Amino acid sequence: MESTQKQGGAGDGLACSVRGLVRTYPGSRGRPGRRSRPTPPVRANDGIDLDIRRGELFGILGPNGAGKSTLVRQLTGLLRPDAGSIDLLGHDLVRHPERAARLVGYLGQESSALDELTVALAAETTGRLRGLDAAAARTARDAVLDELGLGPIAARPLKRLSGGQRRLACFAAALVGPRPVLVLDEPTTGMDPVARRAVWAAVDRRRTEYGATVLLVTHNVIEAETVLDRVAVLDRGRVIACDTPVGLRSLVEGEVRLDLVWRLEPPGELACVAALRPLAEVAGRRWTLRLPQDRARAVVAEITGGPAFEALDDFTLAMPSLEDVYLALGGSGEGLVKL
Amino acid sequence: MTVATQDGALSGERAAPGPAPLAPRARLWPSLGAVYRAQLSRARVARIPLLFVATFQSIGIMVMLRGVVHAGDGEAARAVVAGSSVLVVAFVALNLLAQYFGQLRASGGLDHYATLPVPPAAVVLGAAGAYASFTVPGTLVTAVTGCLLFHLTLTNLWVLVLVVPLSGAALSGLGAALGLLAPRQEIATLLGQLGMSAALLLGVLPASHMPAPVSWARDALPSTYGVEAFARTFAGRSATDWPAVFADLSVCAAVGIASLALATWSYRRAACR
Repeated sequence: MESTQKQGGAGDGLACSVRGLVRTYPGSRGRPGRRSRPTPPVRANDGIDLDIRRGELFGILGPNGAGKSTLVRQLTGLLRPDAGSIDLLGHDLVRHPERAARLVGYLGQESSALDELTVALAAETTGRLRGLDAAAARTARDAVLDELGLGPIAARPLKRLSGGQRRLACFAAALVGPRPVLVLDEPTTGMDPVARRAVWAAVDRRRTEYGATVLLVTHNVIEAETVLDRVAVLDRGRVIACDTPVGLRSLVEGEVRLDLVWRLEPPGELACVAALRPLAEVAGRRWTLRLPQDRARAVVAEITGGPAFEALDDFTLAMPSLEDVYLALGGSGEGLVKL
Repeated sequence: MTVATQDGALSGERAAPGPAPLAPRARLWPSLGAVYRAQLSRARVARIPLLFVATFQSIGIMVMLRGVVHAGDGEAARAVVAGSSVLVVAFVALNLLAQYFGQLRASGGLDHYATLPVPPAAVVLGAAGAYASFTVPGTLVTAVTGCLLFHLTLTNLWVLVLVVPLSGAALSGLGAALGLLAPRQEIATLLGQLGMSAALLLGVLPASHMPAPVSWARDALPSTYGVEAFARTFAGRSATDWPAVFADLSVCAAVGIASLALATWSYRRAACR
């Protein structure tokens, strides 16, 4: 959070400034005589502060249920916050949520509104609804389809495409009609590497061409580390850290991650293995340990040099990822993604 | 791409004086046209089998009733043909549109429209207009088949040019509102089906045979006025009570305006929570 404080209040150089954002979903009362039990209200966003600079590729990272989608829905004018303020390029989005549509190009997770349209018509219609006239919408459609390599499937309905292709078509629709801010909710889900590269190239082009600010919601730690300028880590509706990926990783400097994969049952009768058991995060035959570098090296030497090696199928020693940062910060979930 | 590149304030300069300019809103008619065109194109992908079902259902009902209703001009024959023709409109505009909006709302598809600067009326009217247009061929086929089957005059079939859009507006507005207001997708489907069943039962049977409470329900149903207007025209060119036909169509138009306004309000409510 320190890094967001350094920015000062909303002002020059900031694309988006969020302060004290709270949103609670009401619980249900349950019905007497039926099986449904009352559920308590859920505070999906619990006092979020964020500053996103102009032209930045800013990420929101967190496990399922951390409040990412709720935050994005408020930034795109789909949901009203219970409390707090959102300033987007000088506009008060709490008071004027309808202005978000004129500032933000949004790629949501759902494609059902476009599913039965062809790729070309989905892009063109979205452009028309973003205020382009017919000729401009067609030109923009052709340019975007060309840019993303969607030309060969332009005449096919989204419904009949693979998940990754459909996602790319929705991304194309989100780009038709320029916006100074792009909000992309897991844009590359299901895509092959070629499509992913096309997405990041298109995002970069918009940043260099007109300084677009990009807000990215992601689960994917590897993607977050490679493409983002800065990242906010969300947990239980709060920002638990916000910095560059390198800055965040420095929080766990000196630690490394050791993965041990056993052939069958781990040899618990060996003292060195028994000592590691309480430190390990166990997933089937895989043990994951986060250890100081010296200790990790010693453990590897002991296990690979002794009788435990017989029982070992594979091991890896890796530098910490953002997932390790998330766990080190006390993230409450089961980690971000299983890689 | 012209808006952003021509617009200095959209470039990534660090010092940004004042709020960034807003991109233009999409205007009502162009965006209505875009939604209409997109919805119409969906028909090619997903709706054609359902249009056949709608038409065959109506023709089937007429064939069935031909066994008990005498051919030739009479109240019963008029009611069967007019009711079956408007039933096609009810099937598509009310039932299918309620299902479509129910499904769109449940799946989060409304977010797509809600994050675009498009007037709510354009989305609702565009979809309603497209669904009403889907009904044209089916209604026409049903009406012609019915006239031949029951030996009614074809001379005034042109009135369908008014009956289909006006009852289409009333029923699609109602369908869209049901789909958008229903708390769950299944309830939207159920309400759409019930509305269509009501249009079937109350539209196809002659009004004079109904008990009073049922005929009140019939009066409350918007499709009734389309059925009545159409049924009156089977009297032939000179014998048709045209003022009554236009009075019925005016009711359809008024209900259409009201139900489309309700649908637009429902969309606004469903899109932003």
